[in-house]
Amino acid sequence: MNIGLFGQYVANGLMLGVIYAMVAVGFTLFFGVLDVIKFSHGDVLTVGAFAGLATYIGLTALGFTSPWAQLFVVILVATAAMAVLGALIARYLVLPLRTSPPLNTLLLTLMLGSALRECVRLFYPQGANPKPFPRLLPQDSLALGSFSLRLDNALLLLGGLAAIAGVHLLISRTRLGLAIRAVAQDGETARIMGIDFERVVLLTFALGSALAALAGVMNGLYYNEINFSIGLLLGVIGFSAAVVGGLGNIYGAILGGFLFAALQTIGAVALPAAFPQLPSAYKDVFAFAAVIAFMAWRPTGLIAERSAERV
Amino acid sequence: MNLVAIAAITAYAVFLLRAESQAAVLGLIVLAVAGVPVLGKTGFLHKLNESFEKHKKTTLIGVLVALSVLVALFYDQHFVMLMLASVLLYTVACLGLTVQFGYAGVVNFAGAAFLGVGGYASAVLGPHLPHLLVLAIGGLLAALVGSVLILPILRTRGHYAALITVAFGLLFRTFVEVNDALGGPQGMQVKGMNLFGWDLNTGLGEASFYANYVAVGFALAAAAFWLVRRLERSWIGLSLDAVRLDETACAVFGIDVARWKIFAFTFGNFFAGVAGAAYAMMTGFVAPNSFTFGDSLILVSIVLLGGLGNLWGVALGAAIVLVLPEKLQALQEYRFLLYAVLVIAILLVRPAGLIPRRARRYFA
Repeated sequence: MNIGLFGQYVANGLMLGVIYAMVAVGFTLFFGVLDVIKFSHGDVLTVGAFAGLATYIGLTALGFTSPWAQLFVVILVATAAMAVLGALIARYLVLPLRTSPPLNTLLLTLMLGSALRECVRLFYPQGANPKPFPRLLPQDSLALGSFSLRLDNALLLLGGLAAIAGVHLLISRTRLGLAIRAVAQDGETARIMGIDFERVVLLTFALGSALAALAGVMNGLYYNEINFSIGLLLGVIGFSAAVVGGLGNIYGAILGGFLFAALQTIGAVALPAAFPQLPSAYKDVFAFAAVIAFMAWRPTGLIAERSAERV
Repeated sequence: MNLVAIAAITAYAVFLLRAESQAAVLGLIVLAVAGVPVLGKTGFLHKLNESFEKHKKTTLIGVLVALSVLVALFYDQHFVMLMLASVLLYTVACLGLTVQFGYAGVVNFAGAAFLGVGGYASAVLGPHLPHLLVLAIGGLLAALVGSVLILPILRTRGHYAALITVAFGLLFRTFVEVNDALGGPQGMQVKGMNLFGWDLNTGLGEASFYANYVAVGFALAAAAFWLVRRLERSWIGLSLDAVRLDETACAVFGIDVARWKIFAFTFGNFFAGVAGAAYAMMTGFVAPNSFTFGDSLILVSIVLLGGLGNLWGVALGAAIVLVLPEKLQALQEYRFLLYAVLVIAILLVRPAGLIPRRARRYFA
């Protein structure tokens, strides 16, 4: 394999990794504060992407055509709308179920996910068909030998990394971040220290959902197409990445996201090279089998929660 | 009292299946949605549940009569018979899941994959072996495939274990989709069931041939029901309950946690495999699209809706989950949305399911 092709695969893998990591960070944030898995996360991403698309269409109809201004407004509207949606979901669907078994929350959010998916399919005009997503980023490419780096991909990659770094700074450096970490560590004690538990939970859900919306818009910009079911697989992959990294740990989620992307890329590239009779369609089989094997080896993920259980 | 209840439920089912206009269907659904919480609040459901337990013989006969009434009324309608047989077969699979979720507390989000193992087994082996044997092999194969997951499941807990089964479900579906030997995305044809020379795909007289499968489904469901009930009552059930409630305490009292988790997982997958094999023979084909993550979720929602660990609840849940979307056909596009919203509503209003399982009682 030549260097150019190799570079292409690496760039592609990194791009997938950033998107997966952004979704996984959401899962891990929610798990941190409430110990729940919110499975509708992937579909929130879909709704975010569609909100972005609708905003774009609206802006074009109004006569704004500067791509940078459009991009800014699209991202702003998508993230803000999903932040509100995430907080609403937390307030009216997740928090009321705190006392019931965790399985119920899982099922409820799964059902919510299919409800959101159906809503997009039914109520977005022709929502059942794939939609072209506008190319808002410059399309130039830089030739580096036999490897050509597309400028929009590089920008997306940088944007994604910046978003993750931003969330990380927010969690580790601000007062809100401190409150989120406190609630994650011990909700009761956090309350005693005067932290408004419910508000922190809602803000965390808003933050994670906004990140998902951004990931959705990025996904659209990358593939130039979105459809109503992208969230299902992205959600499962994000969840896998969060679990492989170790639930509740942001670094773990980021690591898990890139690891999963690497597995998929290896599955797509190395498998057919090693076993010519296997088509590259087996890449997902390979990635998920690797996840299962990995969980058998490290049952609590790469960066384990420290848990001493008192009995 | 339970005979009256069974009669009422049967009458309700008849009306629902007969109802043609959407207004009638919606009216009946609203009646149930409004009625069940009221019955639950007044403690009627608990009493009914107990009465079912107490008078087993009458209940069995009652259910048999009710089923015969349904068959007698709709024997010539393919669709209704198909629904009825599906409900019975799904009950079998979900009884298996109940042993996993409800008793041992082993989560399994790959129920559809194990149905699929059974289905593909019947597609491949159907032409070569006697079909009763194929059913058994379908179950054994599902249990065998499931044993791959035993090690990771034993080592993980909670959401981590859930992920393993989710990943397995996706893996299975992708695998059969890209595997050309198993028909790829098109799936495979499955021969209809043939038991001792009796071809189930020819109906008796005017009756729909699905009526035959209703009979087979009932036999399987009754056998599974009896077996799981026996299991629940026995020392094994007691051990499984203990494993679910407190692993540490269990280990202290000398109950081998790993052994019972393996047992429950394998046992449940066996049921799913048998049901999958029978279901594939009934519908005549298997395809990867019938075994998606969504289908696994349907199985899980059946188990949770009825009331985790309650066997009558499983049958009720299967009936609701399978029949309701079909009866909402005229709302066509909107039925999945409506269905998802309904499940969310039930989880918010009755988090323990429609008929919650009661704690084991020492003095019965």
